[in-house]
Amino acid sequence: MNVLYGLLQPDEGEILVDGAPVRIKGPGDAIKVGIGMVHQHFMLVPVFSVAENIMLGAEPARGGFIDHAKAVKLVREVSQRYGLPLNPDAIIEDLPIGIQQRVEIVKALTRDVDLLILDEPTAVLTPQETDELLEVMRGLKAAGKSIVFITHKLREVKAVADRITVIRRGRTVGTADPTAPETELAELMVGRSVVLEVPKEEAVPGEPVLEVSGLVVADDREHRAVDGVDLVVRAGEVLGIAGVQGNGQTELVESIMGLRPARAGEVKLSGKPITTWHTREVLRAGVGYVPEDRSVDGLVKEFSVAENLVLDLYDLPPFGGRFALNLDAIAAQAEQKIAEFDVRTQSAQQPVGALSGGNQQKVIVAREMSHPLKLLIASQPTRGVDVGSIEFIHSRIVAERDRGAAVLVVSSELDEVVALADRVAVMYRGRVLAVVSPDTPRETLGLLMAGIDPSSSSHTPGREQDTRGEGMSEHGEAAS
Amino acid sequence: MTSHEPIEAEPGATAASPDKGPALPTPGVDQYHVDPALPAAGQAEHHDQAERQPKHRAPEKEEKRSFARAFREELWADNNFTVTLLAIVLALICGGVLMVVGNAEVRDQWQYLLYQPGKTIGDTWAFVSTAYTDMFKGAVVNPDTVNRWYWNMTTWQQVFYPISETLTNAAPLIFTGLAVAVPFRAGLFNIGGQGQAIMGAIGGGTVGLALSLPAIVQVPLGVLAGALLGGLWGYLVGVLKARTGAHEVILTIMLNNIAFLFLGWFILQQGIKDPNRSDAISKPIQESGKLPQLIPDPLLRANLGIVLAVLAAAGVAWLLKRGRFGFELRAVGHNPHAAATAGIKVGTTIALTMALAGALAGLGGTSVALGTAPALTVDMLGQIGFNGILVALLGRVRPWGVVGAGLLFGALQAGGNAMQTFSGVSVELVGVIQALIVLFVAAPALVKAIYRLRRSPAAAAQAGLAKG
Repeated sequence: MNVLYGLLQPDEGEILVDGAPVRIKGPGDAIKVGIGMVHQHFMLVPVFSVAENIMLGAEPARGGFIDHAKAVKLVREVSQRYGLPLNPDAIIEDLPIGIQQRVEIVKALTRDVDLLILDEPTAVLTPQETDELLEVMRGLKAAGKSIVFITHKLREVKAVADRITVIRRGRTVGTADPTAPETELAELMVGRSVVLEVPKEEAVPGEPVLEVSGLVVADDREHRAVDGVDLVVRAGEVLGIAGVQGNGQTELVESIMGLRPARAGEVKLSGKPITTWHTREVLRAGVGYVPEDRSVDGLVKEFSVAENLVLDLYDLPPFGGRFALNLDAIAAQAEQKIAEFDVRTQSAQQPVGALSGGNQQKVIVAREMSHPLKLLIASQPTRGVDVGSIEFIHSRIVAERDRGAAVLVVSSELDEVVALADRVAVMYRGRVLAVVSPDTPRETLGLLMAGIDPSSSSHTPGREQDTRGEGMSEHGEAAS
Repeated sequence: MTSHEPIEAEPGATAASPDKGPALPTPGVDQYHVDPALPAAGQAEHHDQAERQPKHRAPEKEEKRSFARAFREELWADNNFTVTLLAIVLALICGGVLMVVGNAEVRDQWQYLLYQPGKTIGDTWAFVSTAYTDMFKGAVVNPDTVNRWYWNMTTWQQVFYPISETLTNAAPLIFTGLAVAVPFRAGLFNIGGQGQAIMGAIGGGTVGLALSLPAIVQVPLGVLAGALLGGLWGYLVGVLKARTGAHEVILTIMLNNIAFLFLGWFILQQGIKDPNRSDAISKPIQESGKLPQLIPDPLLRANLGIVLAVLAAAGVAWLLKRGRFGFELRAVGHNPHAAATAGIKVGTTIALTMALAGALAGLGGTSVALGTAPALTVDMLGQIGFNGILVALLGRVRPWGVVGAGLLFGALQAGGNAMQTFSGVSVELVGVIQALIVLFVAAPALVKAIYRLRRSPAAAAQAGLAKG
């Protein structure tokens, strides 16, 4: 979609508008050929008024001054024509998210576009706002505009779309009719072609290591991202958490790690409550943590490979004492881990940012497995990692399980969860919808991930009682 | 360790870092810098290493680049050293132009440029070069004095007077430079050096003027009090930032004003103010409280301050490279999210970093209060806190760089005084030159364009460092 809007350039292929090939070098070109885009993250100036934002980049000017009256008039006109009421003089930062989005849509419409791209517009909206948006989209359709609506929520596409194209991992995997049954769509979304095989024995679950009960966690926008989760992970088993990204998995894991306060509920490690522990104490208690975003949370890119390998062990002997670091021990550790985990780097002193994604991930995995673990939490352990490294990381995770550690794997790749897990918990809107066996049919898992419990009669769970907003506004790997 | 294939063979390696180009052999390049004196020994060791760790070695063709060629290429390339040096030259040239503009006699000469170009340009050159020579004489060494001393016409103290002045001026600047450089490594911009230095001066000065203990007790006590009070002033910023998220730049600017006004109030208080004088000045600092001079001579003012400053720089260098707290500090500076995820207490680290910075700036203030100032006055510190920012930037926020930059600025200050005395060029020009140097250093693209520097072969490695 960024290619269509000119933010990225295609490597191959061509774009046809009304049958004619076009080259779109930037958003300006895109608007010229009639393509407008509403980004997931709004591109608005918070301290400007609605009219000013809409005019930004195409200000009606009169003798070097901005013709404010004309701008206001234009905004009124467009918003009335499409039934999108807006107060042109309101300041953006005072408006609720849903109205801000409306401003974005009107902004695109004032540029006279024929095709409107909505990139995950509902990710930031409350259910009511979502319904309003769907209504708006129907109105725009009636007014003769084309809309590309990107979402990973089945209910929404089915409600509004005329044609559905499923894209998975950068490929079109199918086209469906909105009347098609949800199972068919779910199957397309989840896919069954790639079957990851991780050789492993039957799990021998032991004592419960991680117990989560009634956990409630708020996200950065103070929404209940985790809404009463109960989980148990036993020694010697892998519990996989499946779910489209942004359904509370991130917040759940961060809360267990002491990075995000729990609003209610309890987390226990080997029977000891750790809900209020600091991250360091949790790590010291024998927890290894592979964070989901390695470049943000996992690594200090400017640090050397050696330093990153002791990022959470630097204050423990033999690496560091009360005041000093033992650089020799750190270097020796680096050499050993680089060899053991086959990290491809020029030297241990090279900045970790210069390594490939797979090798960066190996550095994190190596670090987290370099002290005895009771519990390993791996979030998206193989995202953006090459195939060889995926296999390696998977085998290390299974090896930890076989050694007797409890393992919690969170992934938005269903294949990965199914391949690794001994039990699969499906998260949807901050709740664990079901805990099932990894042998459960894909369609069932896919439906669960879309928030539909095939075993129950109620069709759209949570729809009615749900008054809070959606989870984090990130792309899922399996977006429809 | 089993694979011998070069790094480029790694799938996805180039995709992950397209701007790095073909993997750059950082160790190989370093090698050329490190062993100019011992090329043979270096080579031998090099090959030894190459056999032990085949995977970590640079590609073969890079190995063949001779030291001389590497040196030549690096010399006129955009590495930090060359850029800094050229920035200084550029600033001095600009300073020369300003000298000419500012001097009526020489400026008038330029009316006759077309009639007697030789004289005009000759006089201008003579004026500017004399001024800069005077500056050098005032900052480093005056050959005339050396000559006169050789013929027993003056004392040896006179010979060392310029150096002593430079060192005296440099000490507080090194401290305040470190006070900016350390938090910078933690991702914090400490504008509060001035306020922290003032608090340090109050702490150290009060001990210096109020007590009469043996010097061996009172001096360390004064230094400690200065570091403590400055540290407290910095810690306040750190805690407020860590707890409330308030921005350190705003906090430190406000605290600068508060410290300045507090000093004005403080020196008027009973017991502090000199009762024998009507102006705002404290009682004189006791002799037993003063930092001892390096050489006990009334002419050579250089005191323990410069020694403490260099020790502080060494301590900071150790801390950043080998210290456990330095590791936390750098991790927080580069990526606070990853630091928090690894269990580092980010808030505590920020608070302690600011406390350390405050203590360093406080020592800077103390080194003035107990070193050269006869008593506490409102303007005794001048602008050392703000000049510290320049020193830190010129020193590229590295401890030894700060020492070098502090010495340079101290020399400019000392030389500027001499220049004013002998050539009649206003000492304010020094401030302009200092600012210009930092301006040019901060705009390396400008310097590169002016001198048409080549892109350094080691630039990629340094680009990473420059960010920190």
